[in-house]
Amino acid sequence: MARQIGNILRNLDWQIIIIYVFLVFAGWVNIYSAVYDETASSIFDVSQKYGKQLIWITAAFLLAIGIIILDSRFYFSFAYVFYFFILLSLILVYFIAPEIKGARSWIEVGPLRVQPSEFAKLATSVVIARYLGSFGVKVTRWSDALKLFILLFLPASLIVLQGDAGSALVFATFFFVFYREGMPFFIILLGVWAALIFSLSIIWGGTALSVIITIISLLAFYFYAFQKTHRLSLIVVALITLAFVVPITVYFIFDLTLNPAIIFLLGFALVAVPALIYSYRKRSLTLLLLFAIGLGSVAISQSVEYVFDNILEEHQQKRINVFFGLESDPKGSEFNVIQSKIAIGSGDLTGKGFLNGTQTKNDFVPEQSTDFIFCTIGEEWGFLGSFLIIGLFVYLILRILYDAEQQRTAFSRIYGYCVASILFIHILINIGMTIGLMPVIGIPLPFFSYGGSSLWGFTLLLFIFVKLDANRDELIQ
Amino acid sequence: MDLSHRRYLYSAIIVGVALLYILRLFYIQVIDDSYKLDAMNNSRRFEVHHPARGLVFDRNGKLIVANEAAYDLMVVTGQIKDLDTAALLDIIHVSKESFMTEFKKAKKNRYRPYPIIKQISAETYARLQEQLYNFPGFYVQTRTVRNYPYHCGALVLGYISEVNNNDIKENNYYEQGDYIGKIGIEKTYESYLRGVKGGNYYQVDVKGRVKGSLEDGKYDKPVVLGKNITTTLDISLQEYGERLMQNKKGSIVAIDPKTGEILALVSAPTFDPNIMVGRLVSENYSKLANDPLKPLYNRPIQGDRYPPGSTFKTLNALVGLQEGIVNQHTMYGCQAGYYSGGLHVGCHNHESPIDLIESIKMSCNAYYCNEFRAILDAPKYASVRDGFLTWQSHIKSFGLGNKLGVDLPSERPGIIPRAEYYDKIYGKNRWKSLTIVSLSIGQGEISMTPLQMANVAATIANKGYYYTPHIVKEIDDTVFDKSFIQRHETKINKNYFDLVTEGMYQVVQGGYGATAWHIALKDIAICGKTGTAQNPHGIDHSIFMAFAPRENPQIAISVYVENAGFGATWAAPIASLMIEKYLSDTITNAWREKQILEKDFIH
Repeated sequence: MARQIGNILRNLDWQIIIIYVFLVFAGWVNIYSAVYDETASSIFDVSQKYGKQLIWITAAFLLAIGIIILDSRFYFSFAYVFYFFILLSLILVYFIAPEIKGARSWIEVGPLRVQPSEFAKLATSVVIARYLGSFGVKVTRWSDALKLFILLFLPASLIVLQGDAGSALVFATFFFVFYREGMPFFIILLGVWAALIFSLSIIWGGTALSVIITIISLLAFYFYAFQKTHRLSLIVVALITLAFVVPITVYFIFDLTLNPAIIFLLGFALVAVPALIYSYRKRSLTLLLLFAIGLGSVAISQSVEYVFDNILEEHQQKRINVFFGLESDPKGSEFNVIQSKIAIGSGDLTGKGFLNGTQTKNDFVPEQSTDFIFCTIGEEWGFLGSFLIIGLFVYLILRILYDAEQQRTAFSRIYGYCVASILFIHILINIGMTIGLMPVIGIPLPFFSYGGSSLWGFTLLLFIFVKLDANRDELIQ
Repeated sequence: MDLSHRRYLYSAIIVGVALLYILRLFYIQVIDDSYKLDAMNNSRRFEVHHPARGLVFDRNGKLIVANEAAYDLMVVTGQIKDLDTAALLDIIHVSKESFMTEFKKAKKNRYRPYPIIKQISAETYARLQEQLYNFPGFYVQTRTVRNYPYHCGALVLGYISEVNNNDIKENNYYEQGDYIGKIGIEKTYESYLRGVKGGNYYQVDVKGRVKGSLEDGKYDKPVVLGKNITTTLDISLQEYGERLMQNKKGSIVAIDPKTGEILALVSAPTFDPNIMVGRLVSENYSKLANDPLKPLYNRPIQGDRYPPGSTFKTLNALVGLQEGIVNQHTMYGCQAGYYSGGLHVGCHNHESPIDLIESIKMSCNAYYCNEFRAILDAPKYASVRDGFLTWQSHIKSFGLGNKLGVDLPSERPGIIPRAEYYDKIYGKNRWKSLTIVSLSIGQGEISMTPLQMANVAATIANKGYYYTPHIVKEIDDTVFDKSFIQRHETKINKNYFDLVTEGMYQVVQGGYGATAWHIALKDIAICGKTGTAQNPHGIDHSIFMAFAPRENPQIAISVYVENAGFGATWAAPIASLMIEKYLSDTITNAWREKQILEKDFIH
């Protein structure tokens, strides 16, 4: 037994653990600083956030130790059970949780407030690893891809229903995992493209953007057609032009009060017929792809308005508008970003020093101990502190990726990629938000932000991987 | 298929994002300083403590500019809770409209204190204080404002008002809402009177609540009190002068010839300086600025359109004596005026011919036309131009044609023409002594400020030197400006002044027929000279220049009454009253005083 424990200790990736412990304590110190004022009591006062965080940290360490002791096959075996319970609790939350800041995502259990969505990432990671790691499952196969998509979609949509679209967005990060497991890279590019279209539609308006995309698509078609000067391709081009010109002319000349979306879909439908015939005859996928991308882009830009008005909450709409500079809200969500940038920007190279952050101490940045904890780092520890923290996170993620590639089982590898990707997207969004490069999306900074659920969620997520990694020689399927 | 190479692209994306963020952080934290400024503005509040402004005393220690408390109603709109506007307006007696316009301005920054009603009265303050707890977000800030107990000397003492954008641009000491001296002593001695404001830095939170001192008061600045100033003014003389000049336009300047100390500096019409205090300042200011009688125009030092008239003959006599052109016994004839070529300068009836002393006593125009031409045409000079330059250098040694350097703002230099000026008009060597003969009687291209004229009187009283006239005698804990104790010598020999002084003595004490014999006082020997200046603005200006007593002179004075006629009629009696008032503090001729007080040249 003692030998076994010795083995485990030797096999643990201590680099990961040391970085984890450092980040957690750095988070605790910064929470103290964020809450601190001249009347503040000792950092151990459990009636205050910093005191409570210490309890959460202690509990997290116990959890971590528990995980390392527990047999690593447990997660593999119970993957679907976890997933099922998480889905259940997400549904449950929707019905019983009180509304806090527009979201119903907390369950109160005695003195504890638990946020199941923080654990949904973990459960989804395990289940994705389990399923995708199964023999014969390929991300490139349509039926498997669909199942994977459903595994993501279920928790994500439940979280959206709770009113926490930000946490749901995190699930997009699993596409990085799919990429590693064989999904073509252009799908990620398509995702980026879709996000770009979405943003531009908000900035310029759906119709204007549709016209632009249509013109670009037409130009692409022409370019393609003139490269292959077949008679047939010229006919196709003529038809395509007709298909676009007619409805647009109708729209503008007769001033029809028709939904522009219908006009554009009609145009694409007309193009579809010759395009499909042509691609079939010539066995050419390129034209089809061009067509699909054009159609998809128009569809996104036309549906943005609907998504925006019907799916997003009012405060989310506002945040997005503010981010794109379409709306000014200096007392509301813009205030957070302005104050956050001021706090970080005033940090200079070395920062103002522990407990000396004027913006930090005097409550200028809202939500500072949770979503905006990075401000405290930026203000009190300056550029060097920020650099160190980002550097540690990047090192941690790269280390996890490195370890993941060393795994002998697909389950462990995929799970490792899930952990790295979840950390990555949290850092991308959270820090990006505090420095004004991302819209305000309320998700925590891993290991830093105040809150038990988030800390425990990330601790479990990370330490399951540490355990899997420590046991990699024994886990051979 | 081994896909492990895919981790490189993924790692590259992660590192790329991190680099992007680090660059951004480097930019906003290290390069861009605007956030640091914002942070400072955000989180610290500087509570300014304005020192009490220095007091101003007259030469006898009477307090002439005092301070009194004023109360500004301040508001921090972010701290307002359930404001009962009607109740508040009921207490402070302000119209709803004006309150709302100010309130809107206050709301622009929810967390900055804003003076919503300035200078509420002490009674209002007393009433408000009992109720203030009902109006969270409102508080009263105490300031001091000026008070002028003697209600006179507005332009000399000056006033203070809120700084404008120019003041802030010129001197970064000032901030919006600070007060600055605008004219008079308040302006020239601003840096002494105002002291140095200080204050404490506090840390404030997002709602503007004070969270404690900033780094234990490390940056707090101590307040330096404004310095008290003792002026050279005799406030009762100033007050009396202003009374004599009521309903008249013009000025009185009285100087102590021994020191150059200004005893009185009256500009008429004037106003009560107390109207430039309080809520109506801007309204009153525009009234004054638009008044056609120009009460803001400080005539004694700015009036540079005043020809000296016959008072100038005293200087021409001195130049002639100094250059050896005339002596005590030089006689010139006068046939009711001076005739030469086509020119005729009129004179009044008196015996002829007369000598130098008599010429001053009778103010003979012909005498001075002859004498002035004799100077310029004297064979000892190479040309008329050279003669003129010699004459000019003597005249300028009396401080004419240049600013004297009085310690009051906006002094004008007056005009002593330059030879180049005549060259330009008439052509070089084309002008003769006759061309510019009007200078002999103080007319033409020549002007003096009333201050310069009083200074000439002081110089004659001193027999050839003067001290720069000044208004401030002492500043607490400050070494006095040396330029005021430096003697300025004229180019005229001391002995020649005796003759001119005798002439001026005769003007008053020369018996019936002398130009100002009627203003003679029983116990005080006044030496004076009348002037009646033609001017383009209507009736002649009435002028008198004098000093007294003849032996050991203690006061030199110039009186200028615009468009009032003969110098002897109005300016001379005013000078006489002022001299008597200053030297004996009594008025023996009540009838004369009454006549002056009642005379109205304006309405």
